[in-house]
Amino acid sequence: MTLEDEVRVLMRIPLFAKVEPSKLKLLAFTSERVVYSKGQELFHQGDPGDAAYVIIEGSADVLVDAPDGQISVAKVERNAIVGDIAILCDIPRTATIKALSDVVTLKILKEQFLELLAGFPEIAVEVMRVLADRLSTTTAELTTARNRLHELGD
Amino acid sequence: MIKDEVEPLSVFIGEAFVDPAFLSGQALAAMLFIMVQNPWLGMIAFSIVLFQAFLIPRLRRRMLEIGKERQLRARALAGRVGEILEGVSEIHANDTSNYERADISNRLNRIFFLRYESYRRKFFIKFLNNFLSQVTPFLFYFIGGYFVIVKETLDVGQLVAVIVAYKDLPNPIRDLINWDQTRLDVQIKYSQVIIQFVSDDVQSVESQAVELDSPARLSGEIAARNIAVSEDTGAKLIESASFKIPLTQATAVIGEVNSGAEAISEVMARLLPPTQGQIQIGDQDLYDLPESVSGRRISYVGPETYLRQTSVRENLVYGLKHAPLRNPEYTGEEEKRRLWEVSEAERAGNTTLDIHSDWIDYEAAGLSGAEQVDEKILEILEMVDLVDDMFELGLRGLIVPADEPELAKRIIEARSLLYNKLTNSDLADLVNPFDPDKYNNQTTIAENILFGTAIGDAFAEDKLARNEYLLSVLAESGLDTVLFEMGAKIAGTIIELFSDLPPDHPFFARLSLMTADDIPEYEAALSRVSGVDFEQATPRDRAMLLKLSFAYIEPQHRLSLLNDDLRDRLLAARKAFSHSLPEALASAIELYNPESYNARSSLQDNILFGRISYGVAEGAKLVHDEILSVLQELGLRPAVISVGLDFNVGIGGKQLMSVQRQKLSLARALIKRPDLLIINKGFAALDTSQQTQMVERVLKGIRNSSGEAQTGVFWVLTNPNLAARFEQVLVFKDGSLVEQDDPKALNREGSHYSELVTHGK
Repeated sequence: MTLEDEVRVLMRIPLFAKVEPSKLKLLAFTSERVVYSKGQELFHQGDPGDAAYVIIEGSADVLVDAPDGQISVAKVERNAIVGDIAILCDIPRTATIKALSDVVTLKILKEQFLELLAGFPEIAVEVMRVLADRLSTTTAELTTARNRLHELGD
Repeated sequence: MIKDEVEPLSVFIGEAFVDPAFLSGQALAAMLFIMVQNPWLGMIAFSIVLFQAFLIPRLRRRMLEIGKERQLRARALAGRVGEILEGVSEIHANDTSNYERADISNRLNRIFFLRYESYRRKFFIKFLNNFLSQVTPFLFYFIGGYFVIVKETLDVGQLVAVIVAYKDLPNPIRDLINWDQTRLDVQIKYSQVIIQFVSDDVQSVESQAVELDSPARLSGEIAARNIAVSEDTGAKLIESASFKIPLTQATAVIGEVNSGAEAISEVMARLLPPTQGQIQIGDQDLYDLPESVSGRRISYVGPETYLRQTSVRENLVYGLKHAPLRNPEYTGEEEKRRLWEVSEAERAGNTTLDIHSDWIDYEAAGLSGAEQVDEKILEILEMVDLVDDMFELGLRGLIVPADEPELAKRIIEARSLLYNKLTNSDLADLVNPFDPDKYNNQTTIAENILFGTAIGDAFAEDKLARNEYLLSVLAESGLDTVLFEMGAKIAGTIIELFSDLPPDHPFFARLSLMTADDIPEYEAALSRVSGVDFEQATPRDRAMLLKLSFAYIEPQHRLSLLNDDLRDRLLAARKAFSHSLPEALASAIELYNPESYNARSSLQDNILFGRISYGVAEGAKLVHDEILSVLQELGLRPAVISVGLDFNVGIGGKQLMSVQRQKLSLARALIKRPDLLIINKGFAALDTSQQTQMVERVLKGIRNSSGEAQTGVFWVLTNPNLAARFEQVLVFKDGSLVEQDDPKALNREGSHYSELVTHGK
């Protein structure tokens, strides 16, 4: 894949929709395209967070450690961004991301990611929108789960 | 200091007898001649000479004293200046700069006065010398003239002869006086040097006598009676400690800092003699044992590690080098040299033991010879958990294939095994192997053309763009122009992307082809070469742009500048490069050959023999794991570890991490199979779980197959909680031994032990 091709791919991702192509080219040049095969982990819960990943192709499972194994809390597909929480809040990874198929990602290292947010408010807003979205989904699921638990408890 | 003082001695010795003989001969000859001509004149000359010989040395003596004082003051001044530099912030903070100025001014004045006096005296002596040597001829003319003209007892010819002869007198006399001065000087220097080596505190010769036989093993009990240790300042390190321990017991010693726990281990290791009391092992006093016994039967691992600047293996067997056990055979020239060495050493009072003998005491380590050393080392390394570290060092190590053809062959085997494994698995794309007939997409254009590792400077990366031979090869196929234009494109893209970023922008960290500072230079270069073709560009611009294309890797940089046609041409250039490589440059590069071992690449690179593909997640780790399994399959693990043992640890062992250094110290202590192992907080760099493992491993490792302890352990623990694993615990507090019992018994309410152990949590 050439740089030009990567820019075209990035342009299709909503996160980068409002960014100038020249800046996208710079981003593509300075980040790494990493391919994961099915079953490989992009990162593991508890590891230090050193990069964020934009999924260009494929899908992955979001797993969280529980007393009796891992629970899948979400699935991420093309155009999604993962790994941002650990960088933004400076905490260890909050979940494990495992590839469900062959996954092509754009790996953006921590410093470059933060620079991206600082330099492109549009991207920052998009990231906030993504996080807000996740939060509302999580809240909804939490409410459902709590209700179920409540019912079972009676 | 010794070196500077001793040099003038050797200069003097060479001339010590020749000078006075020659000079006095000269002087005597002239004097006799004058005497023969006329005794009166002779008397004059003689008395003047005597006068000189007395006075000058006296004046000189004072000068020497001044010289010494000046030297001392100059050194003190240098020290003061150094102090001021170090403490300059204090001076500024306290407004004491004028005080310092006054001090320096005073010192400079003193030195000046000394110099002034010294040179005044020097010139006075010179004046005196000149005066005396001129006044004598004057007297000759005067008195001699009287004899010639008035008394007519002297011939004019005789007078002239005397005057001429006299010319030959002052120089030898002056030189003789100088010689005498030097002689005194040298004698003083000699005594100054000798004094440095005289000391009352030297250990007796017997305590360090060479002992070729292995001493008997220690046995019995360790009995310490009323031990007290105080420092010179009067501070008490140990107030009182008395205990009895069976020699093969595993004893833990715990206590807070300065409680005496650390000090008692140093007393046991013979590093800190007690001011009172004594320690006995069996029926021998510990401090009376000769070093041939204490050094071989007792091991000490302290908080500081001392590693020599040599290989890991050498450091490990260091503890076995007690005596020259197997002397080498010398023949011919070497034999003569050795005999001379021995005789000179004897005359100087140095030891005549041969450093080239085999000093390793294999017996003490339980080995029958040198071949078993690495095996034994492996055993010990497992005990201290250093095996993986040595394995990794081995992977990164270099070998000389000519010296180890077997190993080189097997590594080539590993190479093809790895290749087969990878191609037959789903990791087929992980590695792009070096194939002489294929372009390797995962590495730079330069490496593809050179297809080998550079030796020395000629083909070094930063010099490639100017390498005459390489440029000529490229010129033949017209590739130089192509790569030049490619470089221009690359520069253009980079400038386009990066030119309006500030130089400290984090994105520059990901740019490998140039630095932020290079950008303006490349901008200038591009403007110079736009519209100009390769022939007309300056060599400097050509080199700058070629440098970029030489470092280009398509999957990494993704500028789509390589196509199949270009790859074929580069492949042809590769063949041309090696084909026409001139004799002179043959030793500057080691070409990649799939059938042979590349001596310039590490073991790992030789197995991999290719480049890991970009963009495969965890690529390096996956490859590493595959290499490990290949080596395991071929049974090459011990061989790689052996290569790792060749690793040079650097000054003070600084090429190793502190955890590794500490483990290595323990390994060295264990290899000689001591009767008593003393450890004094030797593992501060390890974390809690690693320390726990270390204690478990050691306590297990010292037991033989029937579970009996072969070595006593006396361990001052960094972590008191680990004391529970020992047979007995000594608890120290405030310099005294307060509790001694087995850990279960001590683990009760209110005991000092329980205090330390709960605090430790």
